[in-house]
Amino acid sequence: MAFYLLRRVLYAIPIALAVGFVCFMLVQIAPGDPINAIVPPDAPADVVEQVRRDYGLDQPLPVQFGLWLWKVAQGDLGRSLATGRPVWADLSSAIGNTLLLAAVASAIGFTLGCVLGGLAGTFRGSVLDRIAVGAAVAGVSVPHYWLGMVLVVIFSVQLNWLPAMGAGPGGSADWAWDWAHMQYLVLPAVTLSVIPMGIVTRTVRGIVAEIMNQEFVVALRGKGLTRRGVFLHVVKNAAPNTLAVMGLQLGYLMGGSILVETVFSWPGTGLLLNNAIFQRDLPVLQGTILVLAMFFVALNLIVDLMQTALDPRIKRA
Amino acid sequence: MSTTTDPAARLPAATAAEAELAVQARQAPVRSEGYWAGVWKRLRRDPVTIVCASILLLMLLAIVFAPLLAPHDPYQGSMLRRLRPIGTEGHPLGTDELGRDILTRLLYGGRLSWYMGITPVVLAFFIGTFLGVIAGYAGGRVNMAIMRVTDVFYAFPSVLLAVAISGALGAGIGNAILALTLVFIPPIIRVAESVTQGVRNLDFVDAARASGAGAITVVRVHVLGNVLGPIFVYATSLISVSMIIASGLSFLGLGTRPPEPEWGLMLNTLRTAIYVQPWVAVLPGVCIFITSLCFNLLADGLRQAMDVKG
Repeated sequence: MAFYLLRRVLYAIPIALAVGFVCFMLVQIAPGDPINAIVPPDAPADVVEQVRRDYGLDQPLPVQFGLWLWKVAQGDLGRSLATGRPVWADLSSAIGNTLLLAAVASAIGFTLGCVLGGLAGTFRGSVLDRIAVGAAVAGVSVPHYWLGMVLVVIFSVQLNWLPAMGAGPGGSADWAWDWAHMQYLVLPAVTLSVIPMGIVTRTVRGIVAEIMNQEFVVALRGKGLTRRGVFLHVVKNAAPNTLAVMGLQLGYLMGGSILVETVFSWPGTGLLLNNAIFQRDLPVLQGTILVLAMFFVALNLIVDLMQTALDPRIKRA
Repeated sequence: MSTTTDPAARLPAATAAEAELAVQARQAPVRSEGYWAGVWKRLRRDPVTIVCASILLLMLLAIVFAPLLAPHDPYQGSMLRRLRPIGTEGHPLGTDELGRDILTRLLYGGRLSWYMGITPVVLAFFIGTFLGVIAGYAGGRVNMAIMRVTDVFYAFPSVLLAVAISGALGAGIGNAILALTLVFIPPIIRVAESVTQGVRNLDFVDAARASGAGAITVVRVHVLGNVLGPIFVYATSLISVSMIIASGLSFLGLGTRPPEPEWGLMLNTLRTAIYVQPWVAVLPGVCIFITSLCFNLLADGLRQAMDVKG
């Protein structure tokens, strides 16, 4: 077990390096000279050459990757072409906002998913089951950026109950857990929650149905255990796999919120990415993707370790 | 053959579903002559699948015959008839921000949306199956090399990877398709690899090898027939996601470019109109939703009819 955990942690290192390499290559595959990602296009030729030498862009590709990696390891993601500010400065506040949105969205999605999936798995074939399955399919099939627009049309345009975009008074910097701020979070979080809702419902339904079919549940019932008692046994057995799916979903939300953030102008990493794409601001694009991907790698690792720790049946040599 | 890969080295995303696929393949049902007849019989009895298949077929016909069905020119608008509501005379679904007929643009837009959603899955199906079957059948170092590279791409959330690649390459239909193909190859490789590993050690494969058949013959004659079904079903289930992300890329301005009609891009340009004609503005999304829902349900139906778990 300890050996497995150690191996798993060590395995994350080459993965992280490779992910870094893919992010490094993003600028290389971009059309045009990578130097354009550092200096503005109207810079004089001698400055361009100077910068090229300073950044080691005249070196072979592996050396460049090493240099880039060294900078990244020190927290230097380069400077934005559009604003001239360090990428990390914009990124750090954006990450907080995306994390906030993803956390609230997953709280909604996971709760709904567990309740719907649990009920559907317990009462298979019932009307409730059909509703849950329908909701799950709809949740994974809906283009969430469109759902966001529909919610804005209903709740902002028609009913005028909730704001359509932004992050509230004072922007995200003055975030507080009061209604004045939280009302801005409602629509984007609900929009973003439909995908994890659908996936968690499907997963939990499958797991619970499988457990309910096992003999030990029949035995527990026959022994005269209360519904509550049986429920606890089912939860205990369903937890490891469910948590694993949830962990990955949180990561997908962090990476996938770009569309929803664009719809609601939520000042997170998605909006940052969107602006970077429009302005062809490659350092920002590269830095944001790198940080989000690293977050996902870490999350993968945590989920895997947690699952092993929670489920003694998993014996991985 | 060499030993199978150490499961410990895999990422957790090698889910229960994939494991089940492997088990499924190991217990591959004996296919009598009536396998496809049975599949067809089960499909016909499934009302949801039939309805979804019919809707998709109608849509396909509508977008193929768009030039015959569309009442107007998809590019030609009139500044005098901007943002008319649904039910306007001559414009049953209203007009967009440049006075172009929405119904016409939805019909033409479906062409690009379908093309951009389905092409990546088809390409990824061929490339992913090829690499996955090689990895699963060859095992050893070949398996290591292919699966570890797959792991790296798995370390990106799919939408992020698609946005990253097409964002770096720049807007364009080709770039979006390339990005999406790269997103879908790794999951298909994983499924193909695990199914192939399950089949590889079955007795009839051993028998074929023992009787002197070469690797290519064994794979072509004995392995492919048993693995293509599950991989195909899995690939079908990806079409729905692919359509959503493809239109999403256009929505972000990364796929198609104006004035080309495409559902995601239409949704983007109509976004400014939600205060004027909200219900016209959300129409392209309805098309994406219906298509993606039908492909999802169709994939579920296929999975059940073909008796593939996962």
